[in-house]
Amino acid sequence: MTPKKRKDIITGLLFVSPWLIGFALFSFYPIIASLYYSLTQFVGIGTPKWIGFTNYPSLIRDELFWISLYNTIYYLVFAVPIGFAIALGLALIMNFNVKEKSIYRTILYFPSILPVYASAFIWLWMFNPQLGIINALLDKLGIQGPGWIGSPEWSKPSIILMAQWGAGGSAIIFLAALQDVPRELYEAAELDGAGRWYKFRHITLPSISPVILFHIIMAVNGAFQLFDAPYIMTGGGPANSTLFYTLYLYRNAFQYSKMGYASAMAWILFILNLGTAIVIFKTSLRWVYYRGG
Amino acid sequence: MSVSRKGVRFLKILKAQVITRLILIAVCIPFLLPFFWMLSTALKTLPQTVAYPPVLIPNPIVWDNFREAVLTIPFFTYFKNTSIYVGFSILGTIISCPLVAYGLSIVRWPGRDSLLILILATMMIPFPVTMIPLFVLFSKLGWINSYKPLIIPTFFGTPFFIFLLRQFFMTIPPSLSDAARIDGASELTIFTRVILPLCKPALGVVALFQFLGSWNNFLGPLIYLMEESKYPLSLGLQDYRSTHTVQWNLFMAASTLVVIPTVVIFFLTQRRIIEGIHLTGIKE
Repeated sequence: MTPKKRKDIITGLLFVSPWLIGFALFSFYPIIASLYYSLTQFVGIGTPKWIGFTNYPSLIRDELFWISLYNTIYYLVFAVPIGFAIALGLALIMNFNVKEKSIYRTILYFPSILPVYASAFIWLWMFNPQLGIINALLDKLGIQGPGWIGSPEWSKPSIILMAQWGAGGSAIIFLAALQDVPRELYEAAELDGAGRWYKFRHITLPSISPVILFHIIMAVNGAFQLFDAPYIMTGGGPANSTLFYTLYLYRNAFQYSKMGYASAMAWILFILNLGTAIVIFKTSLRWVYYRGG
Repeated sequence: MSVSRKGVRFLKILKAQVITRLILIAVCIPFLLPFFWMLSTALKTLPQTVAYPPVLIPNPIVWDNFREAVLTIPFFTYFKNTSIYVGFSILGTIISCPLVAYGLSIVRWPGRDSLLILILATMMIPFPVTMIPLFVLFSKLGWINSYKPLIIPTFFGTPFFIFLLRQFFMTIPPSLSDAARIDGASELTIFTRVILPLCKPALGVVALFQFLGSWNNFLGPLIYLMEESKYPLSLGLQDYRSTHTVQWNLFMAASTLVVIPTVVIFFLTQRRIIEGIHLTGIKE
């Protein structure tokens, strides 16, 4: 190794050293510790008591574990595709070329940067069955509104509906991608007599597919970690219908002081999340097109 | 012939100008509805708040709700706590992330691209996995019930922001830093004198995203803070709601006050947000 090369390595390492230290302390160590805790009985203070794999079979026998997993998968299965369709639809609409388009874009985008807790407070009040505006408007149309967040049947759909208020965040990323689709592609297709749907299906979608993949992976991560909205709005109820996985994990860790048990839950979450991401990524090889690649 | 052609053109313009706008407005209405309901409630008297059927437009308009809300809910304490948290986490991010990004872009050394991939991979670690050991670690350090667990890690860099800045640094022509090197400048001098002044817009983007991240954080403060007097707005308002019979007009007034800083920041930095999206390069 030349002295110059050695000097470059030392310089490079010095500059990245804050992250290296941070990674060791705040990512690497916690992951390993979490795996270790998952094999122990641990209340958070004192020494964890080694119990081997006992936590994992206990989880399988825990009814609430399955309920929370079911709720989370329910959310994932509905919220991710709905969220994608709405975000893409919003992006197409934001792309309409009218003079005052920035006003519409602002209106559609802005809710996505609000704190979830603020949205949760507002929607809690919107969803109020007697005093909220949603049922008041439905009533004017002659429809008797449901109990929304307070009813076991409607609580999950309500949280999914509320999440769509923030769809503008993904929409703006889709919009940036839409604007990058080369015009020549559309012009060439038009010469061949292609219709609107054909152009959307065979030019727009493939061109923005890398962004779609990014969106879906982030949305799946978000679904597995859904916490703020159910914690604030329902606390898991009614009848555990919004007891989502991360909420139940939090309860075990910080309310019941079952840190070992919660760590086992965390590792199952990690594997499920990573597994889903890998499956999506693998299938994406068939539908994602990389320009020039 | 010419009349019908004119007619066709007229219809086309009508379609473009009117129907497009009708669609846009129809889609925007449900997105505005929550804001309308929040403001409308924030300005109502208590009887009007709980009237059935719901009152849409408040009459009279009670501006005093805002004053009462900040007095009933210790709003300024929460706001002060939030501001300290937001301020220091932005400081940490602004100090650490450019340094790391510099080491991943301007300095040429073997292994830096593998390191970048590792940094990006850590973004896939769900917070619930690390949160229990972090809590145990921070309680051993005596940091629980303070903002240290939320602020100090920002001084060690955040993967997404490092990536963002690295993307920006890669667009800076290498000839700039190379010229400085030939003149005998140290890497630290190149970093502070050449690169940092050029990356102010990108730093702005990162500061903005960190603002939103800290201002919006709920789970972090929930885990680490125990005493009500230390709560940020997120926990403070939630605590108020869960321990009092909620007067929704006051509570919506307080929510409005939480939304306003985000509105202000948004309008001050609108262009930066768009730049940030382009910087990530995920559209490629």
